[in-house]
Amino acid sequence: MAYDWLKGIEEHYDIVVIGSGLGGLTSANVLAKCGHKVLLLEHHYQLGGLATWFTRKGGHIFDISLHGFPIGMIKSIRKYWSQDIAQSIVQLKGVRFINPQFSMDTTFDREDFTRQLVEKFKVPAETVERFFTDLRGMNFYDNNPETTGQMFERYFPGRPDVQRLLMEPIAYANGSTLADPAITFGIVFSNFMSKGVYTFQGGSDVLIRKMTAELKQNGVEIRKHVTVEKILTTAEGGTKQVVGVVANGRTIRCRAVLSNANIKNTVLRLAGEENFTPEFVAAAKAVRVNSSSCQVYLGIRKGETLPHIGDLVFTSDEPTFSSEKLVDLHTTSRTFSMYYPDTRPGLDRYTVVVSINARYEDWNNLSPEGYATEKKRLIDESITALERYIPDVRAKIDWQEAATPRTIEYYTRHWAGTSFGTKFEGLKISMDLPAQLRGLYHAGSVGIIMSGWLGTINYGVIVSNQIDKFLVAMKRAPQALTTVA
Amino acid sequence: MTKEDCQKLVIDIIADIAPDEDLSAIKPEIRLRDQLQLDSMDFLDIVMELRKRHGIEVPEADYSHLASLESCAEYLTPKFPTKA
Repeated sequence: MAYDWLKGIEEHYDIVVIGSGLGGLTSANVLAKCGHKVLLLEHHYQLGGLATWFTRKGGHIFDISLHGFPIGMIKSIRKYWSQDIAQSIVQLKGVRFINPQFSMDTTFDREDFTRQLVEKFKVPAETVERFFTDLRGMNFYDNNPETTGQMFERYFPGRPDVQRLLMEPIAYANGSTLADPAITFGIVFSNFMSKGVYTFQGGSDVLIRKMTAELKQNGVEIRKHVTVEKILTTAEGGTKQVVGVVANGRTIRCRAVLSNANIKNTVLRLAGEENFTPEFVAAAKAVRVNSSSCQVYLGIRKGETLPHIGDLVFTSDEPTFSSEKLVDLHTTSRTFSMYYPDTRPGLDRYTVVVSINARYEDWNNLSPEGYATEKKRLIDESITALERYIPDVRAKIDWQEAATPRTIEYYTRHWAGTSFGTKFEGLKISMDLPAQLRGLYHAGSVGIIMSGWLGTINYGVIVSNQIDKFLVAMKRAPQALTTVA
Repeated sequence: MTKEDCQKLVIDIIADIAPDEDLSAIKPEIRLRDQLQLDSMDFLDIVMELRKRHGIEVPEADYSHLASLESCAEYLTPKFPTKA
């Protein structure tokens, strides 16, 4: 008989958290600190969702999504995790752009962008100032239909170079395009422009290990290798309500469920259409997921070194920026995340992670041979591209490997292998979920603005507040419980 | 619970949420946001702490009452249970 990964768990929890992405982890921690009994379930053998890493022969540790986050992480990590974890957050100062329109080194903050936009791109200082200030003032509740592309045309008409500088890094950060609502660009770009790009020194493995220790200390029951198959509901008492989950074939009862799965997985697979109104199901089905990513992992042989060519290097041979070309199977646009020994002090190792935006459909429809061939091409092209900046790099690489949207689907179970959650409309479905099915909540990469490390952590807290309110009210009225228990 | 006590409890919460802020000279009548580096997540934390520490629920529609120390005290003081 297979090992029972749920051995020893209790019959009933206040809240079951499905999935251990940064949103799920943070929610679990916040709710445990509020005094609730939390069970965290992860299907994979490792916590972290896309905030993850893997090790390979030769002593390589590859980080999947450590590349860079806004300074707001320091505050959020300190408040919702610990001062100790927050202390390891350090700035990455070498952000670099290399494309046919311009080459530029920047610290990726408002001050430096303003200087370069004025001096290098000859944009009037007054326009730059107005752009930044207006962006900061954008409000989620304004319901402004303007797209990012239209907004760029308003401030920087006839300046595809400026538009590329503004859009390209954000497209890699959250999969958004020029056709998405301007608010999605405004919020994410403003977060970065505040003080630049940051990373976690020690690597994703240390971060997740410290978070896991914190969760255990706060009493969260954590189980890996556990797949939630179904969210259980009852309609007794007239209102449809969550009563538990089925995981690895076993029923676990609970007062509420927080799904850190993709929102479409949550509504259409885990809960199921039968639990919602037809209108809500139609709206959930209509939610578009964002594009996905490929990555190429290059491990540098022990003892070899690389010159410092920047921390995040945005490169492309495309003559101008195009959201379509960026996700094309044969795109020449790549971001090199350069991991120098500073990433993991003491190890003295170098790795390169190449990120390439991609469409799931392009990769999912390949034959097994075609898939292998395309992966090999992706690796070869990435190394050739890197040779332009580090001519002798090929001989220093002793591990090379590629991941595709299919890899992401396999490890995260995200709908259509998305690496960036959903388009803007997904946020409304996520937020309306508890009104549709009492006790069911969602937090995870959704709506573009609630994505990335900072976005998902903060969204996890926003939703935790609602869950805490719900659980506190439920515990105060125990008779309401007996009707559903 | 007097309004002064209530202001003190709110300051205690802010001190934990924003440990780098100097809270000694907060003006009760001025918006907190105008005197301190507080963002919308910090206000959410205040709401959660009020629930956790004092069992007080602040509905989303009432978040605007948390703007200044004075408005906090005005709104929150009646919500504290009166001691028997």
